Amino acid sequence: MRVLPVLFCLLLGGCGRALPPADFTFINGAEPETLDPHVVTGQPEIRLCEALFEGLTSRDGRGAIIPGIAEKWDVSADGRVYTFHLRAARWSNGDPLTSADFLNSWRRALEPLTASEYAYQYYPIVNAQAYNTGALSDFAEVGVKAPDPQTLRVTLSAPTPYFLDLCACSTLAPIHLGAMKQWGEDWIKPGKLVTDGPYTLGAWRINDRITLVKNPHYWRARDVAFRRIDALSLSSATTAFNLFHSGEAGLILDKSMVPAFFIDALRSKSYFHSQPIYGTYFYRFNVTRKPLKDPRVRLALALAVDRKRLVDRITRAGEPPAGTFVPPGIGGYTPPEGMSYDPARARKLLAAAGFPGGKGFPVLSVLYNSSEQNEQIATEIQDMWRENLGISIELRNQEWKVYLNSLSELDYDIARSSWVADYPDPNTFLDCFMSGRGNNRTGWSSARYDGLIEEACRQPDRAARYALFRQAEEILSQEAPIAPLYNYVAISIYRPDHLGGFFPNAMDEHPLRELFWREPAP
Amino acid sequence: MTGFLLRRILAAVPVLLAVVTLTFLLMRLAPGSPFSTERSFPPAILRQLEARYQLDGTPGQQYLHYLDHLRHGDLGLSTRYRNRTVNEVLKQTLPVSLTLGAAAFVVALGIGVGLGSFAAVFHNRAADRLAMFAALLGISLPVFVLAPLFILLFGVAWKWVPVAGWGGFRELILPAVCLALPFAAAIARLMRASLLDVLGQDFIRTARAKGMTEERVVLVHALKVAILPVVSYAGPLAANLLTGSLVIEQLFAIPGIGPFFVNSVLNRDLFMVGGIVLLYSVLLIGFNIVVDILYAWLDRRIRLT
Repeated sequence: MRVLPVLFCLLLGGCGRALPPADFTFINGAEPETLDPHVVTGQPEIRLCEALFEGLTSRDGRGAIIPGIAEKWDVSADGRVYTFHLRAARWSNGDPLTSADFLNSWRRALEPLTASEYAYQYYPIVNAQAYNTGALSDFAEVGVKAPDPQTLRVTLSAPTPYFLDLCACSTLAPIHLGAMKQWGEDWIKPGKLVTDGPYTLGAWRINDRITLVKNPHYWRARDVAFRRIDALSLSSATTAFNLFHSGEAGLILDKSMVPAFFIDALRSKSYFHSQPIYGTYFYRFNVTRKPLKDPRVRLALALAVDRKRLVDRITRAGEPPAGTFVPPGIGGYTPPEGMSYDPARARKLLAAAGFPGGKGFPVLSVLYNSSEQNEQIATEIQDMWRENLGISIELRNQEWKVYLNSLSELDYDIARSSWVADYPDPNTFLDCFMSGRGNNRTGWSSARYDGLIEEACRQPDRAARYALFRQAEEILSQEAPIAPLYNYVAISIYRPDHLGGFFPNAMDEHPLRELFWREPAP
Repeated sequence: MTGFLLRRILAAVPVLLAVVTLTFLLMRLAPGSPFSTERSFPPAILRQLEARYQLDGTPGQQYLHYLDHLRHGDLGLSTRYRNRTVNEVLKQTLPVSLTLGAAAFVVALGIGVGLGSFAAVFHNRAADRLAMFAALLGISLPVFVLAPLFILLFGVAWKWVPVAGWGGFRELILPAVCLALPFAAAIARLMRASLLDVLGQDFIRTARAKGMTEERVVLVHALKVAILPVVSYAGPLAANLLTGSLVIEQLFAIPGIGPFFVNSVLNRDLFMVGGIVLLYSVLLIGFNIVVDILYAWLDRRIRLT
């Protein structure tokens, strides 16, 4: 027993070394899977990548597109050729940043070996998809050229009005290939990562924190207020709140870091902020199974859901009920009227489909991934369908990876789903339900719908393009392979009298370079 | 002793191989792929991902690749944390869990042995009842109730210690105590029963008849024998504590191995699961060997063969 105190003292040396204090600490959510901008997909990672890497364009605190490494750009009359003129920017190690860096980085992002999940953000570029899927091996045939060190010319297959938005995404950011070559897999580690954004990587302690240190070579370094930022990786919402209340964190950005049972009590607090974002929670119907093959049945189910009851009773964070898949206002687009709560019409449709009063309707199941809220929503809808249509529904709960497997293999009747915009344009939503798309996962297919989306993608005129999208979305609402339920909200916790430069916006993008403490600093 | 150690280590090899094989089989039988995500990507990219992790061969080939990596001390690449090897994750997180676990282990033993001995010495008196009530409370209160209560009291209200985080001794106190208390309670009950049993034995009566003071009887003669059940409990307990606690590490934002235990299974992070299970098995076997050695040291009647 005498060894125990000795062991105790020895192991105390194992306590982490204290890191220098940060100017600003925030709760970023789960531990980032990587900081490689070409492969990141989650919000916690993207947020940090946008502080480390800057693309041709960037976003300001309100979510608007502004020049990034490209000082300016010209667009050809047909909207297909973008010529970017780069500023005299530098990497964090002092190396000049040229158009060749973009060209080579984009090639790397598109190589199948990189296995970039978001590589489709390059697909508007001529031959990018073919190169990414291995159908084309010569990158010279992809529509990206670097005629001189300060110019990058990009040729698109069709006018893509949201292309400048894509240029601000991490997937299209440049990386320092020299450092990558030098360090191999370790190139994204502190001391090795070379960045072109407002910050460099100071430290990375797994499951603890990522320290961002101001990049002196960043072209707008003078406008960056915080010299050192700590992004905390947490998985407990209660801990996040304790840290916020004890003043050890100035901002909570991840919605999952706000305890759901607290929301009612928090709504009136001055530090609680919620804002609708471009994201939709919806149910998918497996149209390959009876009786969901019949659009009247699907529409009946969709019309028998009281969405307001769902957001008032269950989600309770101010989510707007959704009758359409595309949230209102995305890129200035106004969706069609969509689905509303109409139990009488729902009953008529079900009767017309051969199930008057729900008689003879088989017991279908609703599949959802394990989560308290998903279960509550499914239970509420189960009640609504019983009350309004006289049908019984079973609930089927699966663990995340098993649920994803069931979705992909169409092993479900009705399934809970969600979609959040990658860029502010209706296409990011509507493209999902084109025939054969990997994200369709309903078995639904409509040649008319596909034609309208394809035509919209070729259409340079914004109003005409939106009219085509609207027609397509009307088909989606009539044929109902999905039932939109509500739009998401982003929740952030911060004291606006202390923290400046933070603006709630529908893309839920909050560049760290824009944040500052108001005087006097807390 | 050397022969004993060698024999135990050699006997551990097939056990570890069985653990590795079983884990490998179970993880591959589990539905869902490590690469499945909410947004689908082209099959060409999925194939490249599988190739990167050597998951594109037959199950037999994959198993042999895995064994070959293990032979070189390489636990593989994490499928979730890209650019990180399992070795690297364990190297960063294990020392943190070891520190927390060791601190909790010392606290659990200290409180448990002390409280149990105290209760046994004052058997059937108010002090005994009070000590056992405290132990009962410790066992009954789950850590997810105890820890938030302690955080609210000592961290938020009185600000004696930080509410969460990792860095120095102050950050260690609260999580170590919270982690230790349920085990301390169990040890206290074990210790009390064992000491009461020993105190009733003939050699203790002899010691008392010789005129030895009660303190000397308890501390020198009885405690050494009575602690044996606690020692056998301490082996698995040490393995349990040192490999991290999901709840405590999450609640106190401690960057240890605990959350990886559960999350790697949920994420189908195949090699991370394999690595953690292997590590846990090595620790469990290692601590059991240490327990056997301690047994022989404490009780000369036990011989290591």
